[in-house]
Amino acid sequence: MRFALPLGLALGVAFCAPAFAQAMNTDARPVKDVHWSFEGPFGMYDQAALQRGFQIYKEVCSTCHSLNRVEFHTLSEPGGPSFTDAQMKAIAAGYQIPAGPNDKGETTDASGNPLTRAGTPADHFPPPFPNENAARTANNGALPPDLSLVAKSLPGGPQRIYSILTGFGEKPPAWFHVMENKYYNPYFDGWNISMPPPLTDGSVTYSDGTPNTLDQEAHDVVTFLMWAAEPKMEERKEMGFGVMIFLLALSGLLYLSYRKVWKDAH
Amino acid sequence: MASTTAPNTPETSRRDFLYIATGVVAAVGAAAAAWPFIDQMNPASSVLALASIEADISAVQPGQQVVLQWRGHPLFVRRRTPKEIAEARAVPVSELPDPLARNANLPEDAPATDQNREIKSEWLILVGVCTHLGCTPTVSTPQAPQGEYGGWLCHCHGSQYDTAGRIRKGPAPQNLAVPVYAFLSDTRIKVG
Amino acid sequence: MSGHSTYVPKTAFEKWLDVRLPILRFANDTLMTYPTPKNLNIWYTFGGILAFCLGVQIVTGIVLAMHYVPNANMAFDSVENIMRNVNYGWLMRYMHANGASMFFLAVYIHIFRGLYYGSYKAPREMIWILGVVIYILMMATAFFGYVLPWGQMSFWGATVITNLFSSLDQLVPHLGSAITTWLWGDFAVGDPTLNRFFSLHYLLPFIIAGVVGLHIWALHVPGNNNPLGIDVKGPQDTVPFHPYYTVKDVFYLSLFVLVFAFLVFYEPNFVGNPDNYTPANPIVTPPDIVPEWYLLPFYAMLRSVPQKLVGVLVLFGALATLVFIPWLDSSKVRSNRFRPMMKLFFWLFLVDCIMLGYIGSQSADASVTLGGADLPLVWFARLGTLYYYAFFWLLMPLIGLIERPKPLPDGIGKPVLAPAE
Repeated sequence: MRFALPLGLALGVAFCAPAFAQAMNTDARPVKDVHWSFEGPFGMYDQAALQRGFQIYKEVCSTCHSLNRVEFHTLSEPGGPSFTDAQMKAIAAGYQIPAGPNDKGETTDASGNPLTRAGTPADHFPPPFPNENAARTANNGALPPDLSLVAKSLPGGPQRIYSILTGFGEKPPAWFHVMENKYYNPYFDGWNISMPPPLTDGSVTYSDGTPNTLDQEAHDVVTFLMWAAEPKMEERKEMGFGVMIFLLALSGLLYLSYRKVWKDAH
Repeated sequence: MASTTAPNTPETSRRDFLYIATGVVAAVGAAAAAWPFIDQMNPASSVLALASIEADISAVQPGQQVVLQWRGHPLFVRRRTPKEIAEARAVPVSELPDPLARNANLPEDAPATDQNREIKSEWLILVGVCTHLGCTPTVSTPQAPQGEYGGWLCHCHGSQYDTAGRIRKGPAPQNLAVPVYAFLSDTRIKVG
Repeated sequence: MSGHSTYVPKTAFEKWLDVRLPILRFANDTLMTYPTPKNLNIWYTFGGILAFCLGVQIVTGIVLAMHYVPNANMAFDSVENIMRNVNYGWLMRYMHANGASMFFLAVYIHIFRGLYYGSYKAPREMIWILGVVIYILMMATAFFGYVLPWGQMSFWGATVITNLFSSLDQLVPHLGSAITTWLWGDFAVGDPTLNRFFSLHYLLPFIIAGVVGLHIWALHVPGNNNPLGIDVKGPQDTVPFHPYYTVKDVFYLSLFVLVFAFLVFYEPNFVGNPDNYTPANPIVTPPDIVPEWYLLPFYAMLRSVPQKLVGVLVLFGALATLVFIPWLDSSKVRSNRFRPMMKLFFWLFLVDCIMLGYIGSQSADASVTLGGADLPLVWFARLGTLYYYAFFWLLMPLIGLIERPKPLPDGIGKPVLAPAE
């Protein structure tokens, strides 16, 4: 009787052990061990990394991937890349946003291109393709996913994205067939990924002189993508610290009150 | 054994202090916890991002008005002819039903001279909300005059504004408001 | 025990109110002087914790409803607007999502406490049945709520669960399809479904609140059970609810809130599913459709049966079984403290529920390797489901007849041999 509970728990734990991998398994490899400035209860975003990561998104990723849910004004808000107001407006103005009909009611200009206007802080990052069909046509039928939430929607999160970005270039095992228009990446489930290697050493030139190795670039862009998915992380952790301290204090006082009240019982 | 303590013994005051301290800490926590629930109803940052707009006004001809949208309201951007400017300047402030400039760029007591209603005399930037009950007044043009003062006529209850957007006749109590704005260049304004 | 009221109005206002609407008398009798057994332990604090959870969900939910848009084209974006733009919107959303998990954690502890101490036994059967009703309403509310963000898991979870009703086609031709079409308001889960789920998700918590009122009323008639499972004999066995249990409940509540705060502020997505951060796509099914953790044991039971209709009946039967517990348990002794045989099977039942929950989280064709052999998890799910049913329908009636309970103490006030003072 006494060992029923420990026995039961041991059985339960045994069931949680993972099954052994079979040969010819194309499950994604476990993620690489990489550390982030924002990990842990006190981790915050490295602002310089966020700005470099934004540069990578702008110069490399935005060719194919949209960032639909990020609005320009968040670039200058606390807890993020913290560009100045002027820098943020310049970034926004550098983008052309689809504009509404002009005074004559036209939606295209003389050459038949859709009308656009300069971006404002209230606008979202415009997508590289006007719709899904155009995106697929430009990418051999594959749809480059929007990156606003990828750090939270991809199982494995930032570790997985980093592993995929730095996981190209290996020689596939002899028995593995790399499909047409796809690339070998063992960190991606199925090992066939539609995205060509987006980053190499020297893909971008950093203005702050940081070495532009693949590892650094991947690190920076993933930091940026984490911020794009969780712009309120710093505010959340800072508030959390205050709340936990407060709750510990309150619990302590309540415990003492509880003991005091009950001392007189019995 | 139940403890019976007289009201003013040290044990009572120690016990009361603990309970009072706990109660105060809990109350402070509750108040701090209530703030986010209240603040979430304040305008979100996406709404605040629209609080300022910039606009290119180079296409507006003299005698013409363009209506923009700012903070959910219509914004009148009117390019005045020399005649309209002169008309506005000819009116003594003492004749105006509302003698104050109602210009957010100036002190509250500034008088409603024509000069106090604009930054550049050619351009009139006004919040297009009638100060009576909130309708959008119709602009008066030489081709289609509205009202007697060459400015605006509000069709809801008949308020009439002059070429400086000041109330001259009708139930509206105040001149049309001038918002906070600035010229970024000769052809570009920022409002808000 | 519901005895006579001890409330004496003091001020003029209190006297005036007492004659017209004796709400202060009611509060005094139910929350302050209410005689409560003096030996209640930590497991008895979860009722109060649950009331707190319901309050948190309602308040955060009403706030979220100020910004959420229940339209298939805008729902996901409106949630992201809450997370990114609304002041403290991220806090409201994470509190609501994690609050639901904490709500279920508390309700499972509360239910298992009732099972362990025999709180369902006469004369408390109505409290137990009302509790089962609350639990089922909670599951429905959580199901509707999870659909609202309109992520991949929202959409496909709704599709799978509403499709359960189509199994009725085997009983009455076309009945199942008629019901699912009626539920959907469309040919599949779509915008009409989302809109009505939002309406129902807003409604049900207030129904839960009403049933909770009945649940507490039913409790106050016989009074609380206690860990010894023996009846209160007199004032020597009880203490007034205030200050003894008000301070105890609030203290344990603060510990519970500590755990809740840790989740909200440091691991807000720990319990959730990453797939729900991808907008719903009716064309693409995610590789593994899984409900939230608190529904996993029933999900495992459902999937353990290959035949669709029988699987549905097994699932609903497992819930319906709970209603009959007061009449299934044949033991005259309430508390498992004095029931050595039942105690063993109780712990096995707890392990069984955890095992079923784990299996529910894995894909349907998953297996575990033990001693060199690949054993499909579905076999364990079947065993687990069998044990679940056997625990209530076989063991509860039988064990009460054959076990020899330990001798019960004389009373609550004197559980040890020390002489009375």
